[in-house]
Amino acid sequence: MADSNNVKEQPVSRRNFLKNSGLVLGSLVVGGVAGSLLRKPEPPAQPAAPPPAADYNQALMFFTPEQFKVVDAACERIYPEDELGPGAKALGAAYFIDHQLAGDWGFNAREYMQAPFFPGEITQGYQGRLKRREIFEIGLQEMNNHSNSTHGKRFYELPPEQQDAVLKAFETDEVKLTTISASTFFNMLRASTIEGVYADPLYGGNKNMDGWKMKNFPGNQMAYTQLIDKPEFVKMAPLSLRDHQH
Amino acid sequence: MAKKLPKVDVVIVGVGWGGGIIASELTKQGLTVVGLERGKERKTEDYFMVHDELRYALRYEMMQDLSKETITFRSRMNVRALPMRSYGSFLLGTGLGGSGVHWNGQTFRFLPYDFEIRSKTIERYGAKKIPEGMTIQDWGITYDQLEPYFDKFEKMAGIAGEENPLGGKRSSPYPIPPMRTTPSMKMFADAAKKKNLHPYILPSANLSQAYTNPDGVARAACQYCGFCERFGCEYGAKADPVVTVIPVAKKTGKFEIRTHSHVRRILHTGNKATGVLYTDVTTGEEFEQPADIVVMTSYVFNNTRILLMSKLGKPYDPATGKGVIGKNYAYQVMRGGAVGFFDDKEFNNYAGAGSLGMCLDDYNGDNFDHADLKFIHGANIAVTQTGFRPIGTNKVPPGTPSWGKDFKAASIKYTNRFISVGAQGASMPFRQHFLDLDPTYKDAFGDPLIRITYDFVDQDRELAAFCADKCAEIVKEMGANEKLEINRKLGPYDITPYQSTHNTGGVIMGASPDTSAVNNYLQMWDAENVFVVGASAFAHNSGYNPTGTMGALSYRAAEGILKYRKSAGGMLV
Repeated sequence: MADSNNVKEQPVSRRNFLKNSGLVLGSLVVGGVAGSLLRKPEPPAQPAAPPPAADYNQALMFFTPEQFKVVDAACERIYPEDELGPGAKALGAAYFIDHQLAGDWGFNAREYMQAPFFPGEITQGYQGRLKRREIFEIGLQEMNNHSNSTHGKRFYELPPEQQDAVLKAFETDEVKLTTISASTFFNMLRASTIEGVYADPLYGGNKNMDGWKMKNFPGNQMAYTQLIDKPEFVKMAPLSLRDHQH
Repeated sequence: MAKKLPKVDVVIVGVGWGGGIIASELTKQGLTVVGLERGKERKTEDYFMVHDELRYALRYEMMQDLSKETITFRSRMNVRALPMRSYGSFLLGTGLGGSGVHWNGQTFRFLPYDFEIRSKTIERYGAKKIPEGMTIQDWGITYDQLEPYFDKFEKMAGIAGEENPLGGKRSSPYPIPPMRTTPSMKMFADAAKKKNLHPYILPSANLSQAYTNPDGVARAACQYCGFCERFGCEYGAKADPVVTVIPVAKKTGKFEIRTHSHVRRILHTGNKATGVLYTDVTTGEEFEQPADIVVMTSYVFNNTRILLMSKLGKPYDPATGKGVIGKNYAYQVMRGGAVGFFDDKEFNNYAGAGSLGMCLDDYNGDNFDHADLKFIHGANIAVTQTGFRPIGTNKVPPGTPSWGKDFKAASIKYTNRFISVGAQGASMPFRQHFLDLDPTYKDAFGDPLIRITYDFVDQDRELAAFCADKCAEIVKEMGANEKLEINRKLGPYDITPYQSTHNTGGVIMGASPDTSAVNNYLQMWDAENVFVVGASAFAHNSGYNPTGTMGALSYRAAEGILKYRKSAGGMLV
């Protein structure tokens, strides 16, 4: 896993960037961000704070505790903890999904949900009436049902190999559901796990930016002009959007 | 019912690149212009928190709200068209600046061949080369005629580039030097040269240095931050209408922008437009904006849709091949590429810019012999470094599972150890591919959605397979390991995976009203005071990003509108 001591280049602060970039402020310049920065003093850089005692963001907005246990266990199988670093569970991916489902994304608020509904060709995309939050509710229930009927336990009570088998059965549509296809649900679960692992930590996943650190992704940096044409790989400590907030 | 407003010289429907260019050119000459924009206002301050992959790239912050308006799609006429309920294949912009804000900035000129594609194909290969149903036609303008307008667009936007060795003649070099050369770009160039190909640095609207354009607009240089596509630029370094042409128009005092103003009809008496009807989406009030000249600048889909809803121009009929509005809808073939994995090299893949890359045109247009090939045209082949972002980029060698421990390990290992060589394939128009109004599905106002009838054809499949092999040869030469991902096979056109927001056609230009909707000033044959500006004018789609050519045509249209104004009416051609 990435070692934060192995930092070769310091991220460019906004103030230094503006000093060094040769930004030309002409009569018609429309550099809004740059302009507002020139008027605002930059707060001193914060040293990395010790992890807080409690994360008040980690509370359920949508899932029931039972649903959360299923999601949390499934995410961890999709992106497991190993010698490379934390898995989806420690990164908070299930909280990320919970928070996303509680908002616009869960309600398909910016998608076309008007009738009439017809089944279409696969190339025409999703044509169902169900919203994402409903798909998750059904999918999680069915995962427990399938686990119970094949292994006699709820999904999160199974050993990892059996959990993988259940997920595989959903992924390949070996499980038949009446309202949605099992693979549609699995693909949504997989995609949102990846989002929870790698989205900016402001959304509740990617805890401590550990997802980014494993991938050597520097997050929210101002500029890469100093390294863009250099032959060597440059590691740096990531910055989150919080670093741009104040 | 609708409240009638005072008349203006010109009303523009949609304020993106097309609308912004028209507004700046006309207001500089003293015309009064109103720009109606259905979305919100935008400024660079909006992008203070823009480095947010989830919000912008995956939740489509800058895109049209599909709950209000989308498109419907079917592959062929005997299939029921269904709405594109969520985003996938292409991303529709909205708000001030339109799609010109969330673009990457890759700014090509189409090839001389493109503008005379039918004549040149017949000249070199005979008429039999054009298969049954392929409706390619000359554009009614040549590259040489359009060249001064390309030049003007490039100087306005500040395009950084080096000359394409296989491109059309240029009257002047690019206004600023090309972007920097990354290790992967250098590897691509070296490999291509070994194969006697002609690589060059991709032309870029991300400024390679601080630049002041002929209108006096000064902008800062690109910082290679890696957040261009689907994002707005916090520096104003990426050319977009909001930081270039719109302020120029506003400064004249002659340009009024009304945001949240959704145009629904062009009003006309016979073949002459009298203005437009729009709804203020914040209050629901309807307004009539009278104008001497109406300019449609609202992307391919709404340019076509509003004309059809307004009953202006003859709708295209695929059964007879007659009519022109909705004709020659085309897209692109983005399949046909190869991904190389490098065990012994690590690249700074997280850094980049939307139009940072190295490319070649040896297999584009008619730059190579097609005599024994089952397709015409081709693709620009490129390696780009647009900045990998961690959710969207999880490249793993073929055979790796898509989840679990092995997936995690491989995706982490190869994040900075892969290079993708891709082909942007041209799309030829076919008689059965077109746009019309959907009979069933409506937008939030109860107006019909635009319906796309389109599928990939054999020509596209041949092109994809050909390009994939060429890309694989290059990426092997670059030193990738044995496990290449080669994307040869093109399935049916699928609306769900992202491919390209390069939709073209619907209101095409040409030399005759029988085969085209607008002349080479983008003036409607059937309504002399209506100009329809955008990639809707493209009679086919080339193997390039469309914005450079679309920008050139916008300058050409602006000149036409001024001429039309001076001559007090009549057809310009």
